[in-house]
Amino acid sequence: MGVSINWLKQYVDIEWTPEELAHRLTMAGIAIEGVEESDSDYIMDLDLTPNRGDCLGMINLAREVAAINGKELRIPQVTIKENRENINDFIKVEIAAPDLCPRYAARLIKNVEIKPSPEWMQKVLLSSGIRPISNIVDVTNYVMLESNQPLHAFDYDLLSPAKTILVRKAEYGENFTTLDEVERELDLDSLVITDSIRPVALAGIMGGLDSEIKDHTRNVLIESANFLNTNIRRTSKKQGLRSDSSVRFEKGVDPNGVIYGVNRAAQLMQELAGGEVVKGICDVYPGQKDPLIIPLRFDRVNYLLGTQLNPQEIKDFLVQLQFKIKDKKGYLEVEIPSYRPDISMEADLIEEVARLYGYDKVPDTLPGSINCGGLTDYQRFRDRIKEVMAAYLYEVINYSFISPQLYDRLMLPTDSGLRNFIQLANPLSEEQSVMRTLLLPGLLENISKNLARRNQNLNFFEMGAVYYPTSESLPREELKLGAIVAGRVELNWLKNEVPMDFYYLKGIVEMLFQELGIRDCVFTAVQEPSYHPGRTARIMCQGKKIGVIGEVHPLVLDKFDISEKVCAFELDVNTLFKLKEKKNMMEQIAKYPVIERDIAVLLKQETKASEAIKVIKDAASQLLQEVIVFDIYTGEQVPEGYKSVAFRLTFQSMDRTLKEKEINSLIEGILGSLDQELKAQLR
Amino acid sequence: MLSKLSEIKDRAEKILQEADSMEKLNELRVKTLGRKGEITVLLRTLKDLSPEIKAQMGQAANQFKMQLEEMINQKSEELKQEQLQQRLNAEKIDVTLPGMPFMRGSKHPLTRVSEEIRDVFIGMGFNVAEGPEIELDYYNFEALNMPRNHPARDMQDTFYINDDVVVRTHTSPVQVRTMEKMSPHLPIRIIVPGKVYRKDDDATHSPMFQQVEGLVLDERITLADLKGTLMNFAREIFEADLKVRFRPSYFPFTEPSAEMDISCVNCRGVGCRVCSHTGWLEILGAGMVNPRVLEYGGYDPEKVTGFAFGMGIERIAMLKYGINDLRLFFDNDRRFLQQF
Repeated sequence: MGVSINWLKQYVDIEWTPEELAHRLTMAGIAIEGVEESDSDYIMDLDLTPNRGDCLGMINLAREVAAINGKELRIPQVTIKENRENINDFIKVEIAAPDLCPRYAARLIKNVEIKPSPEWMQKVLLSSGIRPISNIVDVTNYVMLESNQPLHAFDYDLLSPAKTILVRKAEYGENFTTLDEVERELDLDSLVITDSIRPVALAGIMGGLDSEIKDHTRNVLIESANFLNTNIRRTSKKQGLRSDSSVRFEKGVDPNGVIYGVNRAAQLMQELAGGEVVKGICDVYPGQKDPLIIPLRFDRVNYLLGTQLNPQEIKDFLVQLQFKIKDKKGYLEVEIPSYRPDISMEADLIEEVARLYGYDKVPDTLPGSINCGGLTDYQRFRDRIKEVMAAYLYEVINYSFISPQLYDRLMLPTDSGLRNFIQLANPLSEEQSVMRTLLLPGLLENISKNLARRNQNLNFFEMGAVYYPTSESLPREELKLGAIVAGRVELNWLKNEVPMDFYYLKGIVEMLFQELGIRDCVFTAVQEPSYHPGRTARIMCQGKKIGVIGEVHPLVLDKFDISEKVCAFELDVNTLFKLKEKKNMMEQIAKYPVIERDIAVLLKQETKASEAIKVIKDAASQLLQEVIVFDIYTGEQVPEGYKSVAFRLTFQSMDRTLKEKEINSLIEGILGSLDQELKAQLR
Repeated sequence: MLSKLSEIKDRAEKILQEADSMEKLNELRVKTLGRKGEITVLLRTLKDLSPEIKAQMGQAANQFKMQLEEMINQKSEELKQEQLQQRLNAEKIDVTLPGMPFMRGSKHPLTRVSEEIRDVFIGMGFNVAEGPEIELDYYNFEALNMPRNHPARDMQDTFYINDDVVVRTHTSPVQVRTMEKMSPHLPIRIIVPGKVYRKDDDATHSPMFQQVEGLVLDERITLADLKGTLMNFAREIFEADLKVRFRPSYFPFTEPSAEMDISCVNCRGVGCRVCSHTGWLEILGAGMVNPRVLEYGGYDPEKVTGFAFGMGIERIAMLKYGINDLRLFFDNDRRFLQQF
C-alpha cells in the first residue's frame, strides 16, 4: 500500500529524510519496501505483516512513528454542528447476529450536495490507490484510510419506509447485487445489512447497487460498524470479492473506533457537501468488552530476549506506544488499546519492547546447553547413496505432482496398484494434479526434454518420495531411488564404444550395492508393463524385492517422444537400508598363491549365465574363490542354438599352496556337473 | 705369437667399434673369448713354448681377455641404453589428446546447498528431523497457532487433499511433531530440510520448493541465542565478514518474530538489482517459539523457551551460485546440472 509522507506529517512531526523514516519503520517491524518521489511528495510502499492491519489507518501508522521518534501524535479534533432533530426518529438499528456484528452505529446527514471532492482529498485517495468518485463516497474512503474504520454511505431515501437497519445472516436462496453490478448468491453464513426488507450491503465487504449514492442523493446514512474478522474473511473468499473494507475487517478493526469514524465522516461531509447533521448517533454495541489487561514481568522480558533492560526502560517503551500501565511489584499491568488486537499475551508485549529497543541492540550469543549433533544411520545411508550415484549420474529433482495421463503413457494396466494415487483437491492444472506413485514418468520426461534440446548421452538419478493412499488419514510416503540412461559414453577417438545400456546401468547398481554392503542380490527376468519384456529384471535380496531394472518398452518411449533406447531402474531405499550389512569385518588375506583356470563351454542359447555359475560353484569346493564370465561368443564353430561362454575360475587356499593335481580334479568335477545338469560341453 | 694376439686385438676392437647390436657383440664374445674362440685357441698353442715366453704370453693374453670382456660389457651397456632410448622414442604419444571419457555425475545444486546448510548446523550440535510431505491440517496450521480462517493462512496458498489433509506449505509441522515425540525431554536442537508446496507458479515462485526449518528448545533460550546462532550460520554459508541485521516481523508460530537480512552478496550492500537497491537481502524468518505452540507440543512455556527459523534453500542457492531463474532448478537441463 502506498503511503504519502506529506499526509503522514499532518499527524506527527517527522524530521528524518524519507529514506531514514523508511529505515526506522522497517527496523521497528513496519516494513517499507521502497520510497518513491512523486509530485513534491514521497510515497512509501508499506508491506504490512498480517497482524498489523491497524497500520492501514494513517493515525495508527503515525502513532508508530511517534513511538519511534518521540514526537507528539496529532489526532484530528472532531466538532460537528448538529440540528435539533433526533436520530432515533429517522433510523432504527437491530442486530440479529450479534456474534458476527459486535457493533453498528449510524448517523444521518440531510440535504447534501453531491459534487467532486476537493483536490487535496482526491490526491490522498489516489496516492493510496483509491479512485475518487464524489464528495460523500470520497469522505467514507478518506476516513477509512485515516482512522482504519471502514464506512459505508447509503442513500437514505432509497431504504424501505420502515427505516430500520437489520443486520442478519443471509436467508436461503437470497440474492443480492453489489456495487460492482455483480448479482451474488448468498450462503447462509454470510452477514448482510438489510433495510428490514432486502439486503442493502454485504456486511463489511461491499454495499448494494440499489442504495448507492448517486448525483441526486439528498440524504445520506453513514454506517460505521464492526464485524467479526473470520466471518468477513470467509464470505470474501467465498464470493471472490475483496475490498478495502473487507481487507481491514479481515485483519481486525477496533470496535471502539466506530464513533470516531462516524463523527469524523459527518464532520467532513458537512464541510464538503453542506447539509445538516441530525443530532445523535444510533449506536448498538452488543459486543462490548472490558479492556484486555496483560501482566508483563520485567524479568521475563530479559529472560526471553537475553537483554538486561531495567524496569524504567521497559515502561518507557510501553508509554511511547501509548499503552496504559500500572506498576506492580516486579511486573506491570498493561492495558491493551482496543486498536491493537494483535496483542493478546505477554510474549506480544515483549515483542513490543524488543522492537522499540531495537533488535540490533539485542546481544548475540550461542545457546549454552550442549547437544550431540549429527545424522542418524538412515540419514547417513541416504547420503552415501547420493554420493555413489552422483559419481556416475546427474541428480534431478522433479515435481512430486504429475499428470494422471502419464500412467496411460507408461502403459500401466487399469488395475495396476500404481494407479491408486492421491489427487490434489485444488491443483494448479491437470498436468500437476496427482501425487506420484513412482519416479519413472518424471525421469522419462527429463530424457525427452533434454533430447529435444539436443543434449545427447544422458544419465540422471533422482531420490524422492512417492505417495500411496492408505486407510489412515495420511498416505504412506516411500523414498525411492530412480535412475535413467540414454545414449553412450561420450564419443571418443579410443575406439572405445560403450553404450549406456542395460548392462551399463546394472553395473552402476552392482557398484552401489557393493558400496552399501548389500550382498547376494538376485536379478531375475521379469515382465513389467512399462519395460521391454526380454530386457527387464527384478532385483531381490534375502527374499525382499528391492526394485526393477530394465530397458524401457519401445512403445512407452514412443509415447514420451523418445527415439532412442533408454534404460532405467527404480529401487526402494528403505528396503536397501534394511538389507545393509550391519558390520563390515575384515576378511583375512590369503598368503598362498592364486591359481587361475579358463574354461569355455557350449551352453544352450536359453541357458542363463547365472545358472552355469551356480552349477560351477556347487561343483567346486571352498577353494573356488571367484567365477568371472569373460567372453560370450556365437557364430562360426558354435552350433546353431548354442553359445560359447568363457569362465575364468580363481582358486586359492587359506592354508596351503594348491597342487596342480587338485585343481585338475576340481575342474573335472565341474565339467562333469556342467555336462550332467546343463548338457554343456567343453569347447 | 704376439703379432697374432695384436692381430686378434685389432680385429676385435674394430668389430667392437662397429657393433650396432647385441647379436654382433655376442658373436664377438663367442668368436674371441668363447670356448672355441680365438684367444682360447691361441692360449692352447702356448703349451709348446718355453716357460718364460709362456708366462709372458699367458699374462698378455689374459690381460687382453679381461680388457676385451670389460669393453664388450661397456659396449653392451651402451647399446642397451641406446635401444631403450629408441623404444621410448618410438612409444611417444600425443599427450594433448583427451583421455578416456567416463560419464560423471553430480549432486543437484539444491542438494549441495541443503547439505552445506545442514553441516553448518550439525557443527553447532543440531540433529536432522523429518516429517511427512502430505500432512494433517492440524500440524501444518492449527498446532502452529493458525486456526481455520486465520488471516495468516493467506500468507501461504495451500494445496489441499481434503479438508483435513494438506500438502505441507512449510517444514514447520515437523517442529510440533518433534516436540510431541520428545516432550518432556530437553534440549531439542533440530533442523528439518525438506520439500514444501504452495499453490503459486510464476517467475519467482515454484509450486514445489525446499526449506530448512530449525528448532532449539531448552530452559533459558533467548532471542540473543537466536541471533548468535543464525549470524554464525550466515557467515559460515556466505562470508566471514558478512553484515547481518534482524528486524521485527510476524509469524503466527513465533513471538517475538524476526526476519534476518544479509548485506547483498552481489553488490556488497551498495544497492543493485538483486537487492532491489536496498543493499539488503531477506534470507530467513525466525522467532521465539510462540507459547501456544509450546503448549501444543507438550511443553510448559513458563519453564521452556526456544527459537525457530526457516529459510528457502532455492534462495540461498541462487545467491551462492548467481542463479537468476528459479525455474532452472526443476527444469533438469543437463547443461545446467553438469555445472555443479
